[in-house]
Amino acid sequence: MKNTFKYIALAAVVGFTSCEPEFENTVTDTGFYDTGSADLSNYVAVGNSLTAGFADGALYISGQNNSYPNIMAGQFALAGAGENFTQPLMSDDLGGLLLGGVQVAQNKFVLSAGANGPFPAVLEGTPTTEVGTSATGPFNNMGVPGAKSFHLVTPGYGQLNPYFGRFATSGTATVVGDAASLNASFFSLWIGNNDILSFATSGGLGVDQTGNLDPATYGPNDITDPNVFAASYSGILDALMAGGAEGMVVNLPDVTSIPFFTTVPFAPLDPSNPDFAAQIPTLNATYAQLNQAFAFLGVSDRSIFFNSNGPSPVVVHDESLADVSESLTQVLIAGGLDVPTATIFGLQFGQARQANADDLLTLTSSSAIAALNTDRMAALMALGLPEASAAQLSVNGLTYPMEDQWVLIPAEQTAIANANNAYNATIEALADARNLILIDARGELAEIAATGVDYPGGVLTSQFVTGGGFSLDGVHPTARGYAYVANLAIERINRKYNANIPTVEIGNYPTVQVHNNGGGN
Amino acid sequence: MKKLVFLAVCMLASAMVYAGGYRVSLQGNKSLAMGHTGVALIDSSELVFFNPAGLVHLENKLNISAGASGVFSNVVYQNETTGAFAETDSPVGTPFYLYGSYQVNDWMAVGLGVYTPYGSSVSYEDDWAGSHLVNNIELAAIFVQPTLSFKISDVLSVGGGPIYVTGSVNFNRNLSRTLTDLEGNRSEVTIDASGVNSWGWTAGVMLRPTENLTIGANYRSEIILEADEADADFENIPNSPLTPFVDTKASAALPLPAEMTVGVSYKFCDKWTAAFDFNRTFWDVYESLDIDFADAAVPDSFNARNYKNASTVRFGLQYDATKMFTLRGGFYHDESPVQNGFFAPETPRNDSNGYTAGLTVNVSDRFQIDASFLYLHFKEVDASYDAYSENGVAAPFGGKYKSSAFVPGLGVTYKM
Repeated sequence: MKNTFKYIALAAVVGFTSCEPEFENTVTDTGFYDTGSADLSNYVAVGNSLTAGFADGALYISGQNNSYPNIMAGQFALAGAGENFTQPLMSDDLGGLLLGGVQVAQNKFVLSAGANGPFPAVLEGTPTTEVGTSATGPFNNMGVPGAKSFHLVTPGYGQLNPYFGRFATSGTATVVGDAASLNASFFSLWIGNNDILSFATSGGLGVDQTGNLDPATYGPNDITDPNVFAASYSGILDALMAGGAEGMVVNLPDVTSIPFFTTVPFAPLDPSNPDFAAQIPTLNATYAQLNQAFAFLGVSDRSIFFNSNGPSPVVVHDESLADVSESLTQVLIAGGLDVPTATIFGLQFGQARQANADDLLTLTSSSAIAALNTDRMAALMALGLPEASAAQLSVNGLTYPMEDQWVLIPAEQTAIANANNAYNATIEALADARNLILIDARGELAEIAATGVDYPGGVLTSQFVTGGGFSLDGVHPTARGYAYVANLAIERINRKYNANIPTVEIGNYPTVQVHNNGGGN
Repeated sequence: MKKLVFLAVCMLASAMVYAGGYRVSLQGNKSLAMGHTGVALIDSSELVFFNPAGLVHLENKLNISAGASGVFSNVVYQNETTGAFAETDSPVGTPFYLYGSYQVNDWMAVGLGVYTPYGSSVSYEDDWAGSHLVNNIELAAIFVQPTLSFKISDVLSVGGGPIYVTGSVNFNRNLSRTLTDLEGNRSEVTIDASGVNSWGWTAGVMLRPTENLTIGANYRSEIILEADEADADFENIPNSPLTPFVDTKASAALPLPAEMTVGVSYKFCDKWTAAFDFNRTFWDVYESLDIDFADAAVPDSFNARNYKNASTVRFGLQYDATKMFTLRGGFYHDESPVQNGFFAPETPRNDSNGYTAGLTVNVSDRFQIDASFLYLHFKEVDASYDAYSENGVAAPFGGKYKSSAFVPGLGVTYKM
């Protein structure tokens, strides 16, 4: 009798637990999703920081987990493919790098609330990712922050770039060689951004190397020659496709529409700021003298005037202008200015003008504008100027023209656009010739920047901090931005290969992390 | 012995699931076995709940019924666009009841009922796709109802009484789809309230035009559970003035809607009884679940519900097979009060069909064992909750849901 009860109880328990609700077709069932005619069993992603999942000025674990290739691989896995996508994960979520115990790359930015509103602050903490301690590569995600097109085919690049150095298989390894050794069945390639981006973010400090076919002679901020780009790109594809892999390539967005260049206005000087307003009469009186000289020299379009009723543009240094330093000095002397002052004025304003809507100020310029440039002040004092006068002539954008690094002038933008167009033409031609999916990142970013893209629960825009698309470095996407890229790719794979791979809900991916340093979590 | 049973049942009492909204229609094993009909059935002290007007017609002087059910109910969710999948791992609910009635004289009976007609217990995996709407919820309410029943004439009787409710709720959800602390832990809030008390009432009328035909009607009033001193516990909040979530008190009101039932029962062919009930539940009182946080810096939470009034039709059949056994069966169709676009995963209820069966074993003239079983069948439903928004932009949460509920119940009846 006792046993009978036991069996009845057991049967009841078994009965009820096997009565869990079930869908007719469950998404977790094998075959619910499928990869169509695509072979996604071994996906390898090659590229730069955008492939690595770099965001907020750093590479860190949670960002890597939200890299677009990792998001894609996660969705591939739902369709039963490529569950073993590996990434060279950093050691922590801070993002900084150590080389022999010395920090060589800063931690990520977090959005910190300050007295004047939220601002990106570098997260405090000691990073633990030691470059010298190599991770065992190669990895499915071969995104190397900072890499340019030709870097991927440069032997020993790991010695130049710690991000690759961490997991290069040997001292002479190339990124693409390591990637090719994985025998991908499917690959993604997004490379070339840095071939123009580093020139752009440096405010055009580098050189446009168009016409120079030897990348070994390039500086870090130079624009890569389009033929060098094309040869590198072609070589990368050769290597990745040697084993018959199919894949996708991503073209290069217009770097000048990223928040790094669209956040600081060309006329940021606001007379409602009393410190600035108080200086306006003196500034205009001083510049009146200069403006007369400009007029005399026939360059009255360089006249400088600060408005008390509205925002004024900063004064910038434009190296594309004819240098009128010497004649300016002479005119100022003739006008009665003492020789030493006239000489300094001539040098300081020989290629100066006020910014206009065609200039792009960098995100990093925001902290420099209207700040005292101590280097300049020291230089002026070395020329014999008393401290007070030297300081007066060393205020960035007011009395000292914003240096090249803070401003992308139209001539520099043209050089970038020319290279960008040439690179994209190459990418499109190669994608076409090799039957690869081409993701139009340029068109997508243009739309995000112009009107934004709707998603359930928001609009993805390129507005800095609030737009959701870009992380706190103003250059790299947020996790939500990367998720958007992953969806673009998945949709294209579904279409081309008649596959049914689910996309992700981009609203579930984070944007910027709020955190104030100090006080623990 | 009976006392022991009662205590054991009470200790099990916590939370229960299912039926339209968070109404749990499991208020008597005899009635449940007949599709939870009972407004016109004169059989046992389950009438304290179903229609107090009938108590005065019970044959015995003292009638006691007690019982409980085990609610095995779960929900699966999936979104076929994203591949998201979730299944609840909800604890077994144990609603119970205890009714007693005593025939004072020919025209009056008194009664007392303790029962649990509302409750919900749903547990999703933490941080699942809909975690910004709910991670888990436990809602329980115990009703205590003293009752009077009067015979006006042989044909007409009335009954009713006040209802005292004591309820509790524990609710956890994430603050948004993405907010985390620096370590990546999702920011969440737990609202906990217990000892929330309120009053309501019930009244019924019964007609017995012939020996075999009974007609009943019963009304149960709306009861609003107002939690003024709930604890709001915020966890994993980033260290930032931009996220000013601090532990605080909270107030919220949860309505337990009014309910009107009319029904008939008919005895035929000596051993058969058929019953039909119609419930109308006035769910439209549940417009919104608003949580008002005491700390002014913490933004209040508004969660539209927009429930609509809903009906349930119930059929039951009883067959007095032998002196020893009485067999019962039933069916009901339960209309969900949830409207299109307001399908929140905390009470993921679409229309359902209930299939019931049960029996009574007459152990002696005085003592009966009542067993029942309910299988509640839900169709797969494609539904969404569209009233959630972030920064003023609606972020619908939708997908397919499928629920199931299996509810075995056991009770005893004692009469003398």
